[in-house]
Amino acid sequence: MANQPSRKRRLEVEDIGDIAVVNFVDKKILDEQNIQMIGDDLFRLVDELGRRKVLLNFGNVEFMSSAALGKLITLHRKLQAVQGKLILCKIAKDILDVFKITKLDKILSITADEQSGLQSFS
Amino acid sequence: MGVAQMATELTIPSDLGEARRVQELIADALQTNGYTEHDTFAIKLALEEALVNAIKHGNQMDSDKRVVVVFHVTPERFDIRITDEGTGFNPEDVPDPTAIENLERPCGRGLLLMRGFMTEVEYHGRGNVVTMAKVREIAS
Repeated sequence: MANQPSRKRRLEVEDIGDIAVVNFVDKKILDEQNIQMIGDDLFRLVDELGRRKVLLNFGNVEFMSSAALGKLITLHRKLQAVQGKLILCKIAKDILDVFKITKLDKILSITADEQSGLQSFS
Repeated sequence: MGVAQMATELTIPSDLGEARRVQELIADALQTNGYTEHDTFAIKLALEEALVNAIKHGNQMDSDKRVVVVFHVTPERFDIRITDEGTGFNPEDVPDPTAIENLERPCGRGLLLMRGFMTEVEYHGRGNVVTMAKVREIAS
């Protein structure tokens, strides 16, 4: 489990092999400032820490608005640019509707649970 | 919209914290009227998008400008009108975020989500007034 003690942690990152499994600390991903910091932390995984396989686990997330979607798209693009891969998993049914309505389920890979998410990298 | 009787009117500053307070108040009213978690999620999400639009894009976060919210909840349907003091916009000018060429654009999905989650969404006047309604689903 990676720790970032110097600032409020918004993400918990666990390394499973070469896959960075990311859990969101917040149940609600809403405020612009908060989303900005989540985005920065996610981009750092790719840009500075060189991670190429990222699995975002939404199991803890109960509410999320369109403001967060832009960060996910940017992360997806960043990983694509370095031949990496982004997978999202364990998205609550209501939040899954957000991805379906916006048709982002067509460009982002989404799996039901973490196990199938991990297997999707191989 | 049916807000003539027993409607609640709130005037809030252009502050996203105040918007969240309105959302919580409405979520409580929905719960009292027996709305499902699914409907409550849908309404809260549409509210989030509409209030952020009113405060950020309409009032440009100007602390001197207000947002007026009028809502009405019955066990059958939820109605809301949100008015900001901005210059308004034409919803038809918003690019379709589901078009292939726009799919990877990072913004512009709020209106789409409001339409997807609510039964009715309509802009009025110069585009600074939005009314939304949700017909309640019957819990199985």
